[in-house]
Amino acid sequence: MSDNTTGASIEVAGLTKVFKNTTRPAVDAIDLDVRPGEFMTLLGPSGSGKTTVLNMIAGFEDVTEGRILLDGQDIAQRPPYKRNLGMVFQDYALFPHMTAAENVAFPLQRRKIGREETTRRVAEALDVVRLGQHGDRLPSQLSGGQQQRVALARAIVFRPRALLLDEPLGALDKRLRDSLQLEISRLHSELGITFVFVTHDQEEALALSDRIAVFRDGHIEQVGTPTDLYETPASHFVATFLGDSNVFTGTVRDGVLDTGESELRCSGPDGPSTLIVRPERMTIGHNGSSGQNRLTGTVTDVVYQGAFRRIHVRFDSGRPGMIRDGTDAPSVTAGERVDVSWDVAHGVVVADRDDAVVTT
Amino acid sequence: MTGSTKLRRILTVFAVLIAIWLVVPVLIVIPISFSGENSFAFPPSSWGVGHYVTFFTEQSWLTSLLVSLQLAVIVTLIATVLGTMAAFAIVRATRGSGAMERFFTAPLIVPGIVIAVALYVAFLQWGLIGTATGFIAAHTVLSLPFVVVNVANVLRGYDRTLDRAAAMLGASPWTTFRTVTLPIIRPGVLSGALFAFVTSFDEVVVSLFVQSPQLQTLPVRMFTSITNEVDPTIAAASTVVLVVSTLVLGMASLTRRSKTNV
Repeated sequence: MSDNTTGASIEVAGLTKVFKNTTRPAVDAIDLDVRPGEFMTLLGPSGSGKTTVLNMIAGFEDVTEGRILLDGQDIAQRPPYKRNLGMVFQDYALFPHMTAAENVAFPLQRRKIGREETTRRVAEALDVVRLGQHGDRLPSQLSGGQQQRVALARAIVFRPRALLLDEPLGALDKRLRDSLQLEISRLHSELGITFVFVTHDQEEALALSDRIAVFRDGHIEQVGTPTDLYETPASHFVATFLGDSNVFTGTVRDGVLDTGESELRCSGPDGPSTLIVRPERMTIGHNGSSGQNRLTGTVTDVVYQGAFRRIHVRFDSGRPGMIRDGTDAPSVTAGERVDVSWDVAHGVVVADRDDAVVTT
Repeated sequence: MTGSTKLRRILTVFAVLIAIWLVVPVLIVIPISFSGENSFAFPPSSWGVGHYVTFFTEQSWLTSLLVSLQLAVIVTLIATVLGTMAAFAIVRATRGSGAMERFFTAPLIVPGIVIAVALYVAFLQWGLIGTATGFIAAHTVLSLPFVVVNVANVLRGYDRTLDRAAAMLGASPWTTFRTVTLPIIRPGVLSGALFAFVTSFDEVVVSLFVQSPQLQTLPVRMFTSITNEVDPTIAAASTVVLVVSTLVLGMASLTRRSKTNV
């Protein structure tokens, strides 16, 4: 597939969707730039608008307002079958009356590609997803993971320049999910085409994406690389949606957050703010260096997780906290009084918004 | 425990009795049709196939059989196409789905004689009595509900994500219907078509009103035979109708079984 090493760019501008008989937009004037060949994940809780955006890119939903540019061309009014985009669905959507090979041949037949070339490309695509031996099986004779791989082969066999994936791992069990995740990642780097991937699973998003757009209530909360989002979340919501966080709310004045019970050093502008510290950035004990914040508290629970321990504490302020520690660190037990400390540089300050309350 | 087995035994006996009651009178025409005598005597004192020879050679019987078969085929085609379209409208409509379904299945509930009288009055006005068009129109009305019900049933279980998948792979709505939807709902369409065929083939009440001496279906010919003459050929005719209907409905249940296998 050497003629197709670059994917398409997808640009979404002012994209808005208001469903019939509703007033609040499901998608509210979203701007998003997906670069050629990029693996872009739309991440968010259900009802956040991520699937609606994907459905508008695919052409299943009418656009209320805004533009969808594929390589600079507005495709918003084009029917789905003329968009030439690949798509993978959560429940596979294989045609039950066709064998795996017939399913993969379907898009080639629609494009009037000759029989010989069809046969060759079907075999090639099935080989890419390592199902070369299963071409003559019906979908009902394949496992869930195999069916999704057939669906992947079917979605790439006609060499679309972008692939849309709608929670493709959602219907699979944990082990299959991990192996298919690797498969998708490998496909992306082999094909070099643009992937737009919708999921509500933050681990999937972190593992696969070049960049992630975090959706919330029809808006994009933040777009960035997995590292950006994890290390420097732009909001309380992003911090708590991706990974675990220790959260301190208060008011910043001159580099100090006043929570009412304690004063924590941080770097951020003055005003009502939230300080976020990742559990693995906190340690038990205090080395006395001036670059650290320190709180005292009581251990409430220690959860052994194999590679690490999760230590739950209740700070003296009454606030709960969580520390992730290597299993070779000194052991602590529930009820023990401990010092908890972290480098000031590892705290992230986000300005409070009145809607910053999160439920996850 | 013993109470429930006893109950089950009683129910089995009961079911067998009902089956006998339903089937035996029908089966009696078969031995009579093979009678060697020119009477309805049962049991026959001699055997022969003379009644079948009469049935397949006498012009009035043979013509009515061919009329019925041709009519049933035409009605099946029309009812299947229209009924499938109606089923799509019912299942896919966002509004008025229930009303449409009641409308299209009304001929199942409205008494046949009422439909017959209504069609008779209308067809007299339109000059359709005794015409092929009249028969086709009348039988289509009666057959349509069977197609609608059967197709609507399979269509309700149809996963519309498949339509989306087909569209993303480059199939226009019509191509999607032809290559994906239709093959998947085929068992329902087929069994609807077979029911439509049988409905037309053995329909008698409405046909009696639409017929003319020049254009008669087999059931109408049988009805005139039994009211005007004493001719045991009707036993052979009955057996033919019975065999055709049973074969066709047998095929219908086969298509339904294959549906569950897919």
